[in-house]
Amino acid sequence: MIVFEKPHALTDTPFHYCPGCTHGIVHRLVAEAIDEMGIEGQTIGVAPVGCSVFSYNYFNCDMIEAPHGRAPAVATGVKRARPDRFVFTYQGDGDLAAIGTAETVHVGARGENITIIFINNAIYGMTGGQMAPTTLPGQVATTTPYGRDPKIHGNPVRVCEMLSTLSGTAYAERVSMDSVAHIKQAKRAIRKAFEVQKAGLGLSIVEVLSTCPTNWGKTPQEALEWLKTDMIPYYPLGVYKDVTAKEAE
Amino acid sequence: MVSILLSGFGGQGILFAGKQLANAGMLAGKEVTWLPSYGPEMRGGTANCSVIISDDPIGSPLVNTPDLLVAMNLPSFEKFEPRIAKGGTLLCDSSLVSAKSTRTDIDCRYIPATALADEHGLRGMANVIMLGYFLSFNNLFDFDFFLDAMCAKIPASKAALIEANKKALKLGYEYKG
Amino acid sequence: MAKSLMKGNEVIAEAAIRAGCRLYFGYPITPQTEISETLAKRMPKVDGLCLQAESEIAAVNMVLGAASTGARVLTSSSSPGLSLKSEGISYLVGSDLPCVIVNVQRGGPGLGGIQPSQADYYQATRAMGHGDMHLIVLAPASVQEIGDMTQEAFDLADQYRTPVMILSDGAMGQMMEPVDFEGHTPRELPEKDWAACGTEGKRRHNIVNSLYIEPDVLEKIVKERFERYDAIAENEVRYEDYLTDDADIVLVAYGITARIAKSAVNACRKAGIKAGLMRPITLWPFPEKHLAELAEKTRAFLTVELSMGQMVDDVRLAVEHRVPVHFYGRTGGMMPSVDEVAAEITKIYESMKKEA
Repeated sequence: MIVFEKPHALTDTPFHYCPGCTHGIVHRLVAEAIDEMGIEGQTIGVAPVGCSVFSYNYFNCDMIEAPHGRAPAVATGVKRARPDRFVFTYQGDGDLAAIGTAETVHVGARGENITIIFINNAIYGMTGGQMAPTTLPGQVATTTPYGRDPKIHGNPVRVCEMLSTLSGTAYAERVSMDSVAHIKQAKRAIRKAFEVQKAGLGLSIVEVLSTCPTNWGKTPQEALEWLKTDMIPYYPLGVYKDVTAKEAE
Repeated sequence: MVSILLSGFGGQGILFAGKQLANAGMLAGKEVTWLPSYGPEMRGGTANCSVIISDDPIGSPLVNTPDLLVAMNLPSFEKFEPRIAKGGTLLCDSSLVSAKSTRTDIDCRYIPATALADEHGLRGMANVIMLGYFLSFNNLFDFDFFLDAMCAKIPASKAALIEANKKALKLGYEYKG
Repeated sequence: MAKSLMKGNEVIAEAAIRAGCRLYFGYPITPQTEISETLAKRMPKVDGLCLQAESEIAAVNMVLGAASTGARVLTSSSSPGLSLKSEGISYLVGSDLPCVIVNVQRGGPGLGGIQPSQADYYQATRAMGHGDMHLIVLAPASVQEIGDMTQEAFDLADQYRTPVMILSDGAMGQMMEPVDFEGHTPRELPEKDWAACGTEGKRRHNIVNSLYIEPDVLEKIVKERFERYDAIAENEVRYEDYLTDDADIVLVAYGITARIAKSAVNACRKAGIKAGLMRPITLWPFPEKHLAELAEKTRAFLTVELSMGQMVDDVRLAVEHRVPVHFYGRTGGMMPSVDEVAAEITKIYESMKKEA
């Protein structure tokens, strides 16, 4: 009897992620949603630059590696060329909310019918722990060694709140990897995001609060705890926009 | 080869007039180029375009020493009149250019095109009147051929516009200076 | 088919549609905007898309996405916009993606001006992006050639899996000449079995990618790409010779400048000076072998450009000091007159006579 199986939408390539990093869980949730909907053969994924740069090796669907921050623009090109396909981007906070802010905002403005999976772990992982646009005030990073001072380094960007103001955003939800219950909610959100795309309603984005034990300087357990006690209060979980809810009203 | 420089204010239909010459040249089986003002000339209140009509392939599409200058304002006259090729022609809208050329090595023609246009309810069509006048003393194009070439570009739905163009072209063609 | 009188920029748009391109991504910039505006009108009529992106950067990455699916796709800009696109172009090259990129050059550096220029030659042929890379660069010199080459550019891109650039300029873009769209013979092209267009569950997943973290793998990939560049250099060099056979002075010029140079050659011939013109049609690959052959026959070269002298470097490399290589250029949007170029030819000719 099979009790646990890898989703078909994931390849057999072993993940390169650090111990305690939650990227692997999010990959799995995306793959499960693709499996459940039976859309692997019709899906095209766009990988970012950052820790998940190699995600093109992990998903079994066709994959494209985008320049840093440009995944939403690349996804726009894919979707406009093949409107019959499911298109998702998988991006980190530096990719999506710093160097790629314009691309992110404008897929919302245009209502591009794509899905963004946004990993917010408040740090640059791949380059080794520099300040991210989502780094919390006071948080120590290698480029904010005395803690992020908003007067010097500016304030964090709340992506779901920002994108929910745009007419073309159909669905925006923030979820977290800190507990089993929240992971289950994350799964429902990701599935919902693909369903919104299937219905052709516009941009769907799921922001996933994630951990980076390595660059936070914490054990995996401490990292999950910090995510709960420090990140969630600054980045409240929940649905920021859902045009299907309005329709239901 | 005939090289033509048309020049005036923006909004006088200078580029349009140039296109009519180039288009007629093309339909007559000639090599043609049309190049809008695209140099420092576009400063200082002039809009201009270069048109070349030739039996042979055209090298440079720029007209520096025109065989024909169509001048529809004073800055154009002042700037380009000295550059007209020896034996060339100056065609001036005398309602807007009060100056007269003192050159003796060119053929100078004056027509109060803007005043004529206003008198005949053809406001804004001084450019076409100038073209008509040009056809009257130059044998580059037959009048009817040119008229057909010009009107073919106007959609049939704009019959009034076709009529106005015909009237303006004829007015210039029949003008006795 | 009867010819139509059209602007160079409009012809790029129309020819792209004739070549089966149904996707255009761009951002407004003078003097290329007619390309976007023409496609904005035309694309919806042929079930295509003309999308104004939020930036040049986004536009070129939309091109990357669309090209990844195997679609024919076009973008266009003018000089400053190409600088913004250069990151994306490097990724397009590194991902072996076919597409067509138009640069309607204007004066630079910086915001520069909006008048015609050829000062992006280095950028186009040397450093259109970071890394070991080239792209095919075509330099049309008439509106008809713009029409033919735009169609050919899509074929070249697909055949060699590379971006192809049409290097135009403000004058070529704004100039009207008669054109028809019958001159292009489509090539036989390979299947795009590499495209990321959905596996349909029938094959292993395709990955469109420019990242190779192992240096030995990256070196191998780059070397394979350079073998393709060798094939392009072998098969696709194009140029036009005009009165070079008996010429004492051969002018080298491309695009709009070649038109002026040709008139200057004619003027000098009338004055008894044996001048000729070699016009590179492909700037990359550059007709270097042909120039080396001409260097055996002629006594001097004169390169004429709308720049402070860029292509002249390629001419010197090809000529290898066999004979003197002179340069005449205007920049910043200024265009040399035929008389100016003819005077330069005459000057060189007189000094050669003196030496003899």
